Amino acid sequence: MKKLVSLFCLFIISVTAFAQDKVEMADELRSSGKIYVVVAVMLLLFTAFIVYLFTIDKRIKKIEKEK
Amino acid sequence: MHKNWWKILGAVCVLYTVIGGLLIQVPTLPILHESIRNLYFHVPMWFSMIVLFTVAFINSIKYLSSGNENDDLMAVESVNTGIIFGFIGLASGMIWANFTWGAPWPNDPKLNSAAIATLMYLAYIVLRGSIEEEQKRAKISAVYNIFSYPVMVVLIFVLPRLTDSLHPGNGGNPGFGTYDLDNHMRMVFYPAVLGWILIGIWIMSMRYRIRLIENKRNHIHS
Repeated sequence: MKKLVSLFCLFIISVTAFAQDKVEMADELRSSGKIYVVVAVMLLLFTAFIVYLFTIDKRIKKIEKEK
Repeated sequence: MHKNWWKILGAVCVLYTVIGGLLIQVPTLPILHESIRNLYFHVPMWFSMIVLFTVAFINSIKYLSSGNENDDLMAVESVNTGIIFGFIGLASGMIWANFTWGAPWPNDPKLNSAAIATLMYLAYIVLRGSIEEEQKRAKISAVYNIFSYPVMVVLIFVLPRLTDSLHPGNGGNPGFGTYDLDNHMRMVFYPAVLGWILIGIWIMSMRYRIRLIENKRNHIHS
């Protein structure tokens, strides 16, 4: 019985220890909604990058047709 | 426009990963924290590099069997573009490693062999630059490229797995299944890989087309 109780105690301790082991994430950025600002900026950046690729592609096509 | 569908697919995939990569839930893991999202951007660089080097490998074989100059040109441009992706992969990995492993270059076997692989492909460029005669250059560099491809694969995929590595999926583990990927992450990671591979192929094809035009012009003038 003593063994069982101590085991139970250990279990409780380990559970509480596990609960304290909180991993810090960008929760604040999410709750304040500012993560959307980051998304907007990155979206703009990548859209510009892809539009740029398309314009280069178009120019090459034009030169290819001249030949 | 019907021929450009894969470019649009690549663009859509990459744009989707920007949104999904930042907003879709990720597992809360110690040490990694929010930086686990780097997986969506750092790893696809290496996938693109490997696909581009595979294209170069295939085109070098094609050149040796056909003797068609254009195959050689596509091999060069694939290597050129692949090296860019390799450098971006190294640099982005260094930033990530600095904050999770404590140093930008923690002498991880995968880092070292990735660096060697990149240098090996830089040597390909140097080799090409050192030979004046066109056919000789194409032939010798095609042979070099064919040999360096399996070495690159061994360096990046085999050797790091034989020893302990900080990278997941190494140190005796067989790659993908053991990645700390949950289903939410898979939903972003696979489109990210596909998107960046397509973008890589796209950039390569544009460089190749410029090369073709240059080549034609050179032949007319000389």
